Amino acid sequence: MKDFIRLFAVLLVGAVSLPASAALKVLATTPDWGALAIELGGDKVNVYVATTALQDVHRVEAKPSLVARARSADLVVATGAELEVGWLPVLLQESGNARVQPGQPGYFEAASALRLLEVPAKLDRAMGDIHPLGNPHVQLDPHNIQAVAHALTARLSQIDPSQAAFYAARGMDFDARWDAAIKAWEAKAAPLKGTPVVIMHRDQVYLCHWLGLTEVASIEPKPGVPPTAAYLGALVSKLGTTPVRLILLNAYNDPKAANWLSERVHAPAVVLPFSVGGSDGAKDLFGLFDDTLNKLLAAVK
Amino acid sequence: MMVFRPVAALMALATLPAMASGADDVAALRAELQALKSDYDARVDALEARIRQLEASAQASADAAEALATAPPAAPAPAPGGDVGDKASAFNPAISLILGGNFTGTSRDPAGWHIAGFPPAGDEAGPGGRSFNLGESELTFAASIDPYFAGTLTAAINGDNEIEVEEAFFRTTALRDGFSVKGGRFFSGFGYLNEVHAHAWDFVDQPLVYQAMFGGQHKQNGVQVKWLAPTDLFLEFGAETGNGDNFPGTRLESNGFNGATLFVHVGGDIGDYTSWRGGVSWLTQSSEARSGGIDDADGQPLFDAFSGDSDTWVVDGVLKWAPSPRRQLKVQGEYMHRRESGSIFDAGGSLLADDYRNTRAGWYLQSVYQFAPRWRVGARYDSLDGGTPAYAFAPPNLLDASPERISLMLDWNPSEFSRLRAQYDWDDARDDGETDHALRLQYIYGIGAHGAHKY
Repeated sequence: MKDFIRLFAVLLVGAVSLPASAALKVLATTPDWGALAIELGGDKVNVYVATTALQDVHRVEAKPSLVARARSADLVVATGAELEVGWLPVLLQESGNARVQPGQPGYFEAASALRLLEVPAKLDRAMGDIHPLGNPHVQLDPHNIQAVAHALTARLSQIDPSQAAFYAARGMDFDARWDAAIKAWEAKAAPLKGTPVVIMHRDQVYLCHWLGLTEVASIEPKPGVPPTAAYLGALVSKLGTTPVRLILLNAYNDPKAANWLSERVHAPAVVLPFSVGGSDGAKDLFGLFDDTLNKLLAAVK
Repeated sequence: MMVFRPVAALMALATLPAMASGADDVAALRAELQALKSDYDARVDALEARIRQLEASAQASADAAEALATAPPAAPAPAPGGDVGDKASAFNPAISLILGGNFTGTSRDPAGWHIAGFPPAGDEAGPGGRSFNLGESELTFAASIDPYFAGTLTAAINGDNEIEVEEAFFRTTALRDGFSVKGGRFFSGFGYLNEVHAHAWDFVDQPLVYQAMFGGQHKQNGVQVKWLAPTDLFLEFGAETGNGDNFPGTRLESNGFNGATLFVHVGGDIGDYTSWRGGVSWLTQSSEARSGGIDDADGQPLFDAFSGDSDTWVVDGVLKWAPSPRRQLKVQGEYMHRRESGSIFDAGGSLLADDYRNTRAGWYLQSVYQFAPRWRVGARYDSLDGGTPAYAFAPPNLLDASPERISLMLDWNPSEFSRLRAQYDWDDARDDGETDHALRLQYIYGIGAHGAHKY
């Protein structure tokens, strides 16, 4: 018992005397917000991303490694709108870090800068995994990225005022490059407008909205509910009368149902990166949209 | 009908000119329509141009404001549709409710179930009654209290119509540097499984070692201080004290507190798919006339009450491997070791020995594999060692108990909020030469606020 108390004390003292680093520590919940924080903060920020593009961000665990990162974070960048409701509250609660609690400057929600689509008028879990504050899968509309970038630039300057000029300059530079990129993407994507598609989950809604894709059906009968054989059968006959050009799915999705449907309705199933890191081409935010458009355009040719 | 009449009249009127006039009139009408359309197109274009202009200037001023970066950002806009305005209910805590129950079949009468070599630790142990059983309905209220504290109440209503306060605690939300304080009644932070609520267990019941050593989950009525080290490796230290009200302690007739708990947890990731956590904990408690004893090898009570000290060590570890969002392997195990020393008494309260000591131990190892998005299968092995009581006048026919149990489970999870489970136990907890076979079918449903689960 005495040994244990001694060990306890040694570990405690050792841990207290560790040095702290100078860069602003950012914990981003998704690779997209991590990539944005790097775009805006450059070498003034030290970014840790809690998830990968191959994870389903609805179902992430409050892993010890993440609690440790939340402990030392100066800024938590989350999507908000309850996307991370199953794990982020635990991280923040266990972190012992008052600076990143909701309501504090160190807690940033991308959704706070956006107008969300699909805010449900009625809430009932019989409708599946619906998000009460609206669809939180906002990153596939580059206009959303831009709005979040503005808000995040302001927030970085607020919590790290000594570097405010740096963030402002970098923010403006990103904004200009992003503006140009949006113009190029929208010009390039013009032929996609009105393309009838089947989506996998409601996390592709913002992409459809941005590009003007027509969502004919969804492989999930209800958000978060996997399709049954009967539902897929009905879908095949529906798509017989209303043909689609593409079936969209994300890198993290199980491709089984989409491939099955693809064979029967003769429309290609396109695997999109969905998040930064979701494909070889999606190395950063620019790459995410470049690659998404390239894959879509190649598939409709 | 009143409504339809004018509409019908209008429709009739609209068709009149077309019927009455010739092709020239149609052409004229077309030209007129075309003119109207192009006029509108021009107007729409002008409006769109103005909107773009306005957006650009708003953008420019926003950029300018950011460039200055002197003003703090505006408060986050209220969520669309989330008009909380002046509703009195807006501050209501988040409420979640767990409904649970099971159907149990056992080969031996569950009324005689006990863990050989261990004093009874509480009534939450054992396979439960036969046939249908209403489980605990768990009601949780949680909310921030003010900018400094948050509060949580979890009440369990059991099938016998009793309400039990499982947890009722405040915790700090404004402390910095990794500190947090919790007070009230809460699940003690030692080990791994102790803090996990019943609805999140991977099996119907707890491992035997928890049932034997703590009568289920160990609740602390007291305070807890935790400190998380500022390291990339998860390194957490915790200390608790309380009134000792829960097994193996008893409330003492004195001021101050009874017992202390210290724990260290370490955790991290191995690559992208694997995470782990391990820990060492130490608990000490005292008890005065704690009722419940153990039997000798002939089934006769050796003693009926105990006063003295209990020191418990717990080593825990868990490893999770999640190679895809639809598959996960979880392996966890805990080892507990308890030394008790003090005095023992008979049923009448007379002292039998004042140099009693015993060392008991136990462990479990379990693994759960999610092999499909909605399906999980698991296996668990429990092993206990009842130790050998030692005291000056100890009889020769002491029981050398080593209870064991093997559990297999399969569960189906239609959504995050529902779970149906089947569990089979090969149960040798009684260690009397006859094994019990138990089959339990269980449901767990969650309604209300979306809870966030611990690791």
